[in-house]
Amino acid sequence: MSSSSSRSAATRAGDQAWTKMSKMNAELFNLTYGAMVMQLIRDYEDVQAVNQQLETMGYSIGQKLVDEFLAKSGVGNCANFREVAETLAKVGFKMFLGVVVEVTAWNAEGTAFSLQVYDNPLADFVELPPQYSGLVYSNILCGVIRGALEMIKYQVECRFVKDGLKGDEVNEIRVELRQMVDESFGEEYNEGA
Amino acid sequence: MFLHLFVISRSGGLIYNKNLSSSAPRLTVNEWLVLGSTFHGLHSIAAQVAPLASSGIEKLECDNLKLQCFQSRTGVKFVLTAEPGTPDLDNVLHGIYELYADYVLKNPFYEMDMPIRCDLFQQGVERLIERNSRELKKARSDA
Repeated sequence: MSSSSSRSAATRAGDQAWTKMSKMNAELFNLTYGAMVMQLIRDYEDVQAVNQQLETMGYSIGQKLVDEFLAKSGVGNCANFREVAETLAKVGFKMFLGVVVEVTAWNAEGTAFSLQVYDNPLADFVELPPQYSGLVYSNILCGVIRGALEMIKYQVECRFVKDGLKGDEVNEIRVELRQMVDESFGEEYNEGA
Repeated sequence: MFLHLFVISRSGGLIYNKNLSSSAPRLTVNEWLVLGSTFHGLHSIAAQVAPLASSGIEKLECDNLKLQCFQSRTGVKFVLTAEPGTPDLDNVLHGIYELYADYVLKNPFYEMDMPIRCDLFQQGVERLIERNSRELKKARSDA
């Protein structure tokens, strides 16, 4: 009961944040992203390198975007990783991409979950040609999630496990918590005390 | 009235400081740098010695100074000093955080944890402080 009410609270917070954000033309966004991916393919000539580059670019975006999220979404502190996941899916994705994302497939320890992205706004016009079948077109999203969560002390690994462009019905991003980052004093300092 | 604003990066370096009033103490940039990193240290110690989970120093009120600190969850501290009797500075600090998210972080040429040299941010802070100072004066004269 309480979990379903907190879920709807997150959805409401996401809707509110979405209405406050300034909007842009979706096609300009699509075409800009597409042109960028294509340029990376020309520059690197290797889809694995392009995947890596997209992730790195996303990482830089996420590191900066997270403050925008914290300053304007108005969400409170998250008590645990589950709340972080809910907030990321319901408020974060809604606020910046305007899409609804579901959190599923938690592992038993509560350290890994999947994000089901039903509608990926990056890939509206994309058909992946066979020679680029190794390309993770929307890999930038993984980087954004990793960068944003790292700034709030959750070090995660993130990857596409299902991709609508490769024939899956839904896009699924797996997020796994590696460790908590505590930069304030460092462990050795605490042990000495 | 507001006196001084400074911003401390998550690693403890002073990345921005600005005089907001002619009655603010005139210190050199070096002195502000020292003050900024000292405050960062005190803030962490306060958080560590607190018996319960604590987010560090949030407010200091003295006879002739009021200091308020807002730390974002990413670890950046925004510290505002004001004359005693100035009402809560939370709104102003949050406004400054929004300006930081907009005009500093979204500036593609800004590098994380480096000193903030962004004119748009500077102008935004000036406008925000001016607006709030006006409101304070008006509230005071109405009272």
